[in-house]
Amino acid sequence: MPLSTSKAPDAEPETILQTSGLTVGFGGRTILENLDFEVRRGEILAIVGASGTGKSVLTRAILGLVPHQAGTVSAFGEEIGPSGPSVEMEKRWGVLFQFGALFSALTVAENVAVPMREFLKLPEDLVQDLSRLRIEMVGLKASDGDKMPSELSGGMIKRAALARALALDPDLLFLDEPTSGLDPISAAGFDQLIVDLRNTLGLTVVMVTHDVDTLHSIVDRIAVIAEKRVLVEGDLNTMKTFDHPWVKEYFQGERARAAFG
Amino acid sequence: MTAALDVQTDGNRFVLRPKGSWVIAEAAQLDRAVRSSSAPDQQGGKDLLIDVGSVDALDTSGAFLLARVERQWSDAGRKVEWSGADHARTVLLDRVRAVVGEDAEPFRKRSSPNILSAIGDAVLSTVDYAGYLLRIFGALVLQVGYTIRHPSNLRFTSILHQMDSAGVRAMPIVLLLSLIVGGIIAQQGAFQLQYFGASIFAVDLVGILALRELAMIITAIMVAGRSGSAITAELGSMRMREETDALQAMGLDAMSVLVLPRVISLVIVLPLLTFMAAMASIAGAIFTLWLYAGISPTAFIGRFKDAVTLSTLAAGLLKAPFMAIIIAIIACAEGMLVQGSSESLGRHTTASVVKGIFMVIVVDGLFAIFYAAINF
Repeated sequence: MPLSTSKAPDAEPETILQTSGLTVGFGGRTILENLDFEVRRGEILAIVGASGTGKSVLTRAILGLVPHQAGTVSAFGEEIGPSGPSVEMEKRWGVLFQFGALFSALTVAENVAVPMREFLKLPEDLVQDLSRLRIEMVGLKASDGDKMPSELSGGMIKRAALARALALDPDLLFLDEPTSGLDPISAAGFDQLIVDLRNTLGLTVVMVTHDVDTLHSIVDRIAVIAEKRVLVEGDLNTMKTFDHPWVKEYFQGERARAAFG
Repeated sequence: MTAALDVQTDGNRFVLRPKGSWVIAEAAQLDRAVRSSSAPDQQGGKDLLIDVGSVDALDTSGAFLLARVERQWSDAGRKVEWSGADHARTVLLDRVRAVVGEDAEPFRKRSSPNILSAIGDAVLSTVDYAGYLLRIFGALVLQVGYTIRHPSNLRFTSILHQMDSAGVRAMPIVLLLSLIVGGIIAQQGAFQLQYFGASIFAVDLVGILALRELAMIITAIMVAGRSGSAITAELGSMRMREETDALQAMGLDAMSVLVLPRVISLVIVLPLLTFMAAMASIAGAIFTLWLYAGISPTAFIGRFKDAVTLSTLAAGLLKAPFMAIIIAIIACAEGMLVQGSSESLGRHTTASVVKGIFMVIVVDGLFAIFYAAINF
């Protein structure tokens, strides 16, 4: 449920998403092996890793878009069966795909309205109003709602896709490289929006990102994917002291020092 | 959890007290509750207090419904106050209120165009399209000229690949169709001619018809459907993914890399397929007439030699390269017109096939008139 204002500060954080022993492979090549991973309610978790290590594959496996060979995935306390997540589950999470994946035949406003039209019996003017609310909340202008996806810039596509991901006021938000391709100021605004949404709605956010500024500014916990599993998870300080060549280079290399200070 | 809306009048204030979970799942019901109870004109002259202290859960949709009430009341000139929001809810409500507080045009409705403007648009776009086809054809001619002067620019691998997919792989279906149609024509011919005791002339009928018209038309329609759509979809999705832009930015010309190999391969392949189709329909006719009209293959061949000359076959085959150019140009032109959306890809692929088949038949008609005029 969104927002429980009277959360005890020291309560044991509840697990909203969990994988255990997850193994995913394609055509004899194993991408993820025996991967254990959990996400706690209300946190912003970043998945990082070198290109091609299976960060996107992990989210796609959780979403049921690629089959897994072994292990279990559970979300909202329920195990996801072999036939993939139930529609009830899918209504409770929103997904921002890396390249937006907006329906190219629909306008932005129609894209945002799709989940509301499909799953809720709302009056038409309320659907319009709520679509406009989502569109403006993610930092687009209301008039952008009439544009077709092919008319949008890269940053606008990300925002429009976020608006669609937020259409059903989800509990859990998956973001695949939300700030890639945005200018630094837009990226910071995007980060701020995500923090605000988490703080006000109690959203849980799982993001795949390479943006060191995002990691620095808004992320609660980081999971590093390497060697087909979660190599290490923890906050930024854990990452900085962890002894592994890639993690060291990533969090203590020159780019990281520039961002983390 | 259910959601409810308490409404009371407290002195000179009207108090809205939402309760339960004000979330999107309840939005339809809450929308009705809010509309029926909280219109500002019902509550003569009072101010409004919205007390969110007893809401269990509030999301953007619930916040929107409340903010909308505020907007209606303040538009009606009343004072609106909020109470009971903790910090997080204040942030949420402020974000939502900021949006609701602004005026915005409603989203465009998809209008059904009126018939006059639709006709006008169709005429204009036809004129545009004709010009566009001519430009593509011109660019193609220039490209051919350039390639003749610089033969190393010709992409043999690409041509061979296209010949394989448009020609070799089309053969089974083209041969089968021609065999069947040849058989049907022969059967109909023999059946109608037997009343005059002239079933043997079914050989003339099917021989001339198949070689001059049928083989070419069947092949061209099949290729327009198979390869025309494939070419359009291929070029169209390359445009959608900016691959054609990438080619251009590298200094490569889409005309030479994509269009020319496809045109050349169809020009080579279509006459060959037409010849094969002609042979298949003759085979179908031989077989049918043997079984159905008792005309032995030997008798068929004997009659066939009298009925058909090499020029009959040439009349059919001559048309094939023209049809190939028409199909390839239309398919490439449609592919290059694809815009960003998947809908546009579908529309242009359909247009490619429809226009390709239409033009093939029209041009075949023109050839028939031309041949008649020169006694060919």
